[in-house]
Amino acid sequence: MSPIPKLSKSPWVVHFNCNSCNGCDIEFLACLTPIYDLERFGILHVGNPKHADVLVVTGSVNHRNARVLRNVYDQMPDPRVVVAFGVCSSTGGIFADGYNVLGGIDKVIPVDVFVPGCPPRPEAMIDGIVQAAVILESRRTAAITSVSASQGCITRIPAPPPVAVESV
Amino acid sequence: MTSLIPDLLNPSFPILAIILLAPLFGALIAGLDRRITARMQGRIGPPILQPFYDVIKLLRKDPIVVNRIQVVYAFLHLAFMVLALLLLVLGQDSLMFLFIFAFSTLSLVLGGMCVRSPYSRIGSQREIILMVAYEPILILLMIGMYLANGNFLLASPLSANHPMLQTLPLLFIALLVVIAIKLQKSPFDIATSHHAHQEIIKGLTIEYSGPYLAIIEIAHLYEIALLFYLVMLFWASNLILGGLLALAVFFLMTVVDNAFARLTTIWTFRFMWTGALVLALTNVLWLYL
Repeated sequence: MSPIPKLSKSPWVVHFNCNSCNGCDIEFLACLTPIYDLERFGILHVGNPKHADVLVVTGSVNHRNARVLRNVYDQMPDPRVVVAFGVCSSTGGIFADGYNVLGGIDKVIPVDVFVPGCPPRPEAMIDGIVQAAVILESRRTAAITSVSASQGCITRIPAPPPVAVESV
Repeated sequence: MTSLIPDLLNPSFPILAIILLAPLFGALIAGLDRRITARMQGRIGPPILQPFYDVIKLLRKDPIVVNRIQVVYAFLHLAFMVLALLLLVLGQDSLMFLFIFAFSTLSLVLGGMCVRSPYSRIGSQREIILMVAYEPILILLMIGMYLANGNFLLASPLSANHPMLQTLPLLFIALLVVIAIKLQKSPFDIATSHHAHQEIIKGLTIEYSGPYLAIIEIAHLYEIALLFYLVMLFWASNLILGGLLALAVFFLMTVVDNAFARLTTIWTFRFMWTGALVLALTNVLWLYL
């Protein structure tokens, strides 16, 4: 076991509402209340992507907000993980057939953990963030390995290329 | 004793120990604070070592820099904070200590001002107003200490026979408010706060990320150690009682933090320049007459 504490001990979460009906958002806020108490895992809810390790997204992605979502994701320093809360952010949910809806957020940014449900229970959400935090540590280790393999040139963990989003 | 250089070069002073132990102490205090706060709110709360995990995590993140001068100010903030702590613990000149301490905060303000984010600018402006609010109290504290001890050395309370709390009770109360401001406790967590998302996101430090945010967090850990040492000075004749005093202040800060909502900057300014300043001035005048 490494003497350095793992990144998974302090995942800071930024929450982005991407076209959500607010159901998942209310359930996520319930996670922060004394009943569920996210902070016991060291999880802090920060309002700033530059301070965050975990991006929590609720709701499906559409033409309008795809660029915003990508922007929030791009502002987070590596290593970072993305958790999709709810069935809308996973596949588009009941909005999937909408003329303006692109689908799940994996159409725009790479997603690490899907937490389906409409809305998911707070227990499932907490489990999703904790699982994502474990990925955080492995991603850091992998990044360091790939740095030494490529002799100092930082390469990110390969992410699925984002689907081109036509602007409105 | 009055000159700084020979003392710092003297190996008998445990400078290295202070530099290494102070942030550990500060992190423990911060961890306890978060835990006790959680218990007061009916939560379980993070592990007591959580501030360590946070700082190490931040150090292991990739750096993102908005502009280079921002990094310089983060390091200046830390360097001046460490220097202020050393001046305090080594019992140096109190006015010099005040100056260095103020410059540390000023570096943070400049760091917040050198980026284009409006949230960062608002946070910096609020921090400046806070400085204007609490600096007179600190200056009056040093004057009070001069009147009580006869010199401006921070070492003199240590050699005094009676606790400084006896001669400076009102200044101590005023100092408590200053400590609440410096520890970013409610109702004074105006410039930067984990709890002010909707308002200023993270204020001052919004454009810092990864290792540079860690530098600022470490500086804050030094600041916590510095403030509690300042409290202990008020009962320096008996260090056990001094420690108990610091513990009581710590608990009081946590209670106040949980009992109050965040108030406005101007309210803080008015409160400091009326209530706290009158307390401090009364104490100084009483000593002078």
